[in-house]
Amino acid sequence: MTIDSTPLREKKAGSANRNVTEPVLRVEGLEVTYYTDLGRAKALDSVSFTLNSGEKLGMVGESGSGKSTMALAMMRMIKPPGRIEAGKVIVGGTDLMSLTEDEMRKARLNKIAYIPQGAMNSLNPVMRIGEQMSDAIRSHLKGETRQSIDDRLAYALRSVDLDPGVSRMYAHELSGGMKQRVCIAIGILLQPNVIIADEPTSALDVVTQRQVMETITRVQSEINAAVILIGHDMGLMAQAVDKVAVMYAGRLVELSTVREMFTDPKHPYSQALISSLPNLDNKGVFRGIPGLAPSLLRLPKGCAFHPRCPHGQGELQSNVRPEPIILPGGRMVACHLYSEEGHTHE
Amino acid sequence: MTTVSMAAPDNVQQPSNFVLFFRYLRRNKGLAIGALILLALTLFTVIGLFTVNPKHAYPLSAALKQPPSLKYPFGTDFFGRNLLVAMVVGMWQTALIGLLAGGIGTFVGVVLGFTSAYFGGWIDAVIRTVCQILTPIPVLLIQVVVAGSLDKRDVTIFTMAIIVAMLAWMGPTLVVRAQVMTMKERQFVSVAKLSGVSDMGIIFKEILPNLLPFIAASFVGQVFGAVFASFYLAVLGLGPLREPLLGNLIWAAQGQGAFFNGWWWWPLIPAFAMILILGALALVNMGLDELANPRVRRTE
Amino acid sequence: MNVKVIVKRLLFFVLVVWAASTIVFFIPRLSTRNAIRERFGELARSGGFSPGDIEKLIASMNKSFGLDKPLLEQYWQYLQNIIHLDFGYSLSKYPTTVTEVIAQSLPWTIGLLLVTTVLSFVIGTLLGAVSAWPKAPGWLRGIATPFILLTGVPPVIMGILLVFFIGFRLQWLPLGGAYSPGVVPTWSWTFFFDLMEHQILPALSLILGSVGGWVLSMRGMGITIQGEDYVNYAEHKGLSAGRIFRDYYLRNALLPQVTGLALALGTVITSAVVVEGLFGLPGIGTALNLAIRANDFPVIYGIVIFITLAIALLMLILEFVYPLLDPRIRES
Repeated sequence: MTIDSTPLREKKAGSANRNVTEPVLRVEGLEVTYYTDLGRAKALDSVSFTLNSGEKLGMVGESGSGKSTMALAMMRMIKPPGRIEAGKVIVGGTDLMSLTEDEMRKARLNKIAYIPQGAMNSLNPVMRIGEQMSDAIRSHLKGETRQSIDDRLAYALRSVDLDPGVSRMYAHELSGGMKQRVCIAIGILLQPNVIIADEPTSALDVVTQRQVMETITRVQSEINAAVILIGHDMGLMAQAVDKVAVMYAGRLVELSTVREMFTDPKHPYSQALISSLPNLDNKGVFRGIPGLAPSLLRLPKGCAFHPRCPHGQGELQSNVRPEPIILPGGRMVACHLYSEEGHTHE
Repeated sequence: MTTVSMAAPDNVQQPSNFVLFFRYLRRNKGLAIGALILLALTLFTVIGLFTVNPKHAYPLSAALKQPPSLKYPFGTDFFGRNLLVAMVVGMWQTALIGLLAGGIGTFVGVVLGFTSAYFGGWIDAVIRTVCQILTPIPVLLIQVVVAGSLDKRDVTIFTMAIIVAMLAWMGPTLVVRAQVMTMKERQFVSVAKLSGVSDMGIIFKEILPNLLPFIAASFVGQVFGAVFASFYLAVLGLGPLREPLLGNLIWAAQGQGAFFNGWWWWPLIPAFAMILILGALALVNMGLDELANPRVRRTE
Repeated sequence: MNVKVIVKRLLFFVLVVWAASTIVFFIPRLSTRNAIRERFGELARSGGFSPGDIEKLIASMNKSFGLDKPLLEQYWQYLQNIIHLDFGYSLSKYPTTVTEVIAQSLPWTIGLLLVTTVLSFVIGTLLGAVSAWPKAPGWLRGIATPFILLTGVPPVIMGILLVFFIGFRLQWLPLGGAYSPGVVPTWSWTFFFDLMEHQILPALSLILGSVGGWVLSMRGMGITIQGEDYVNYAEHKGLSAGRIFRDYYLRNALLPQVTGLALALGTVITSAVVVEGLFGLPGIGTALNLAIRANDFPVIYGIVIFITLAIALLMLILEFVYPLLDPRIRES
């Protein structure tokens, strides 16, 4: 069943036509700093990338690498002591950073939606599921009739393989997988241009994981949104996304297609990540990455990865921060090893 | 591949504990102010105890019904008590009652709460149920009954402390119990058990240190409650009547119609002192609550 | 709600009342004083009692306290009396029974208590919720502060201060009493206004001190709730601040607050009791005060047990209200 989305599109004045090749999402130079008692922590350092409608981007990295901060920054939900210092997030032609508070509030869920780990605590325990979904609709679309809201709810719930009767239930009556799917349903209610799914499967068992990933893929294709999938399970990423972005210490170190990432990773960190994946064909010793991720309060000078990098002992690596470079084919990598091969990102 | 050591790389320069504590105090102003007031009151009492003649706190030691003046900074009352001296002695006695009753209440609470949580089973069921049943009972009224049943001569500072402590231990028991229950399940206890540490060892070396913030907060709460309760009992005329307890002073003042007769300083000064004491204790209590429960801590 | 839970709650109620009654029964008997004898001595000295009256008094005392019977039998008799709300006769107001004393003074207390408790709770809770909400305007959040500062002040002291400054110095409001001396209670507006005038200071004494308590507990709860994922997610959904405040924040923070109400009932009632004594309002508080001064033990015990009963009953009712607020406890 395809959604009759024409009325909604008409209501969204000025939204980008999804079939044009102009990227629906452009992130430029996003920077986020946390001001703590112990000092300043640079959680995001000049992150830039683009995404087209219908594309799926997987964002991977260790804890503290900045991937969740990325999601929050895009939604302008960074709270003190954190602050968005610079950057643009352009969705469908509008820079979210330039909007007023109220305009940004209206843009959330409408242009850019966030799907949290619903299995935990994201649903209000004292409201029925239906109420939690309809209040989102009511906050964005004035004057919807009771019937039309109910139709939307029923449609959204069916899209995620849930019975519409779920709307009368309370959060504690649902299983983890069901709660996650409710969150996905909420995410697609207003057919946003961009959907960010933050570790949607982390707290679920493998069977439910697969279900949830399939659901995300399916709903995304129905409304042709761009999806950013944040997680740390590379295997899951491999099956679900088109492109992979690797974050390290708040910096975007590589962005390649999924095939390129798994067959020919460029950045030493990505290489280490890929080679650490267990492989049914080659049996051998597990190879981890020596050392620990640096504290964001005291990042190494120059390249953030150089203390742990097999090629990291040079003058250049210790003193100069690698700029993102576009390699032939469109891949991006931020590493001194490739400075001759490509041109810098403009 | 070159080997890189597994040690933590760059060391973040940590400011000393002292500095962190002061930064925290700046945020938790309540705790700072409360502690300051208590400090000031303690100084007043201690200096007072060394400089005044405690006999002047009792009747017929000074001119009657004098308003505040240089000779009698707080004035005197109907019975000829020098109110300044009475305040000093009264505050000392209030502190005694508070600390004594608070200490007893907290101690009993910790022991019971601990036993209940650690050993579980029917011990837990019994202690918990008893606490829950006793909680709705209006403690003050029971204390009134007890105080009223005693021979007037038996009511001293110490008996007051015991009366006040008698029904105050339920709160700390339940709080301590809740905390120990969460800790029991936590991993550092299992690890200790696996390493062969004895039960007593676990109690003292692992659990108690983590309980200290809660015990401290509980203690201050208990002291607050004890001071409050002893004050109420005294105001009702059930305290050790001869002693210059602040509540007693107010009760005596009411009994003599102090306001109608214009001796405003008599009930007002103890009332004001009481506000300071209770207010400071409340602030410190709230501050400690925040310290013990990091979730309540304000972020900058 | 299923039967097992209801039975458990009722059992709890019974146990609480039983525990209170037992404590009140045994405590005076543990002391060395023989209150009744003392009292008789006083009565005999003060005169005005014919020998026949005192004999009747002794007989009724013996009957209701069963002092001539073994302790356990006395106890059993006592419990049975309590179930029928028979607390015996008042010593100082003989032949008025304790129950009558309570019945006469109760209406005054209930009126005061009801109004002050409801007002404190509502104002305190709302202020507390607002003061912890970062998006609320600064001045609104600041209103909570003076109330918090007043928390340490017992209502009695508040009463003294109010009486002094407003009653004595400024003479704006009366110093005490339920209504002006010489006025006859009638169903008229003038009487009603006179009555209200006399209730303001006592009500204020109770409210001003207790609002702070509600503010603090609601604030603490509010801060915790704000950290919850669902509040965060509500913002992600682009809901308006008002909606988030009401449906996600307030509704969840209110739950423990209501439990707090149940637990605070004890303090509320005892504070009211003492404040009444201060202002000379003819409620249960004054009755208790007079009984204490007159060593009128049956009245003292009767009032204490009665109040415990009231508190336990209110807690019981609140237990049934709670599932209506929190769907998580609706099924057993």
